[in-house]
Amino acid sequence: MASIKGSLRRSIGLHATLILGVLLSAFPFYWAVIMSTHSSSEIFSYPPKLLPGSHFLENVRHLFDAIDFFGSMWNSLLVAVTVTFLVLFFDSLAAFVFAKFEFPGRKVLFALMMAIFMVPAQLQAIPQFVIMAKIGWIGSMTALIVPAAANAFGIFWMRQYMKNAIHDELLDASKLDGAGFLRQYWHVALPVVRPGLAFLGIFTFMGQWNDYAWPLIALTNPDNVTLQVALSQLNGTHGTTDYGMVMTGALLALVPLLIVFAIGAKQIIADLGKGAIR
Amino acid sequence: MATAPALEKPPLTVAEPPAARPRKGILKYWRLYAAISPFYLLFLAFGLIPVGFSLYLSFHRWDGLGSMEWAGLAQYKYLLADSDFWNAIGNTIIIWALATFPMIFLAMVTAVMLNSAVRFKNLYRFAFFLPNVTSVVAVAIIFGSVFSTNFGLVNALLHAVGVDQVAWLNTPWGIKVAIATLMTWQWTGYNAIIFLAGLQTIPTELYEAARMDGAGPVQTFFRVTLPLMRPVLLFVLVVSTVTGLQSFSEPQVLLQTTANDSTFSGGPGHAGQTMVLYFFQQTFDNNDFGYGAAVAWGIFLVVVLFSIINWRLVQRRDED
Repeated sequence: MASIKGSLRRSIGLHATLILGVLLSAFPFYWAVIMSTHSSSEIFSYPPKLLPGSHFLENVRHLFDAIDFFGSMWNSLLVAVTVTFLVLFFDSLAAFVFAKFEFPGRKVLFALMMAIFMVPAQLQAIPQFVIMAKIGWIGSMTALIVPAAANAFGIFWMRQYMKNAIHDELLDASKLDGAGFLRQYWHVALPVVRPGLAFLGIFTFMGQWNDYAWPLIALTNPDNVTLQVALSQLNGTHGTTDYGMVMTGALLALVPLLIVFAIGAKQIIADLGKGAIR
Repeated sequence: MATAPALEKPPLTVAEPPAARPRKGILKYWRLYAAISPFYLLFLAFGLIPVGFSLYLSFHRWDGLGSMEWAGLAQYKYLLADSDFWNAIGNTIIIWALATFPMIFLAMVTAVMLNSAVRFKNLYRFAFFLPNVTSVVAVAIIFGSVFSTNFGLVNALLHAVGVDQVAWLNTPWGIKVAIATLMTWQWTGYNAIIFLAGLQTIPTELYEAARMDGAGPVQTFFRVTLPLMRPVLLFVLVVSTVTGLQSFSEPQVLLQTTANDSTFSGGPGHAGQTMVLYFFQQTFDNNDFGYGAAVAWGIFLVVVLFSIINWRLVQRRDED
């Protein structure tokens, strides 16, 4: 009896601590909601407001006046969606080759790819900027899309996935049926690795949506920026004047991300730890 | 199908039908090379050439527009004596440490609790992972208001318990604490889920054996859990070192409103200027591309050094 009581008490304590953790995780979101529903003068007042106010629509109006919110959101969506599809295609194609075929130079090429994985981004930032300035991409979305269209992480990830998921017998059978390389990739490999693709796709989308440093320097024209850059400009130039509006912007910028996450949460959380424990 | 049944099944490899190889050479693999070529072409154009060019650039003086001027080792000599760069290294390491150690501790505690709590596990994982889904820009804006001097929530709380308000984003350590808090908040849940994945690979028999031997929960953690978790711990430490030492967006967004000279200055007294912020300031604000390239290589060295040190520390615990 005593031990049942003890374990019940321990279980309550456990959940109480975990719920406290959840509240801390969620609090900044709550805080952003509160701030986005108040006017600046209310935000500056003391004690701080802890319940929603009534200025949300007004803040939204100010936000849309200050920046081209939907324009920059469209730019972000365009880049994130395009890059995601390109990455899924190029990475899975290369991963299929590395996972299932033998060819001269395979080991060297794979090792080279893993080495590239380790090179920090800022080593490439200046020359990338210079190269793109020379070919006239600076200021356009191309500068964001093309360099991101294939990456080492994704190839590595999909290769691990394909190695186990696609059985050699299946490929051999399809070969006997006369399927060429592309048919094998498209009709045999891809359907099997759909969960791996989902993980990579969601991760790529979120990474692109949130990317900040490169768009900040590559998109020189202030009328043609991604949402993250537009938001930071809002913070820099209007930060002290209209906090309610800035918060509204920060909050609205999270909506597409949260939608994508909600769709793929199961996949992400299930697969996240795999890379660490392999 | 009609071939004679062999005694031992020959290994089946798809791309190497035994006959053709010597005659056609590597040309018959053209489909495979074509399939992996996009990555290598992109890498060549936007990876290898840039990295080589940045090395070349670091031995020159260049404002990005005019002609390049050979400088030899001058940039690197200057870098070694550059107190601003050393300040940035110090800031980065302090912020990294302030964020990483609480983060790993909290993540481990969370993971252990999640591993034992049977109910609502997925719900908790979802909730804990949420901070990592957000954009750094949005989060930095939100944290900027939480730590704001005049109307920030932290100061309001301090006021409520009778403590004087702190100018968080105006004092050297306040800036670092604010940035580190943001990073801890954003990454604790992510790492907790990675730790949890590691914990779930530990066989329950080990725990039962430890309980049989009379080990308490704390003893069990240090004697059973922690040693088996070392590979995962190493992974988390290395990833957080590589990403933490390259932090840019957090201090840039958080401190650009209080910056007076440059949006990359890292707040008053450069107290929040990380290495990468310094790199951006030198390169794109001062238009000193040659020196910027040298700074980038300096950052690279620091990150590599630090990763090796971390690796060694965790590995050595293995031998004890």
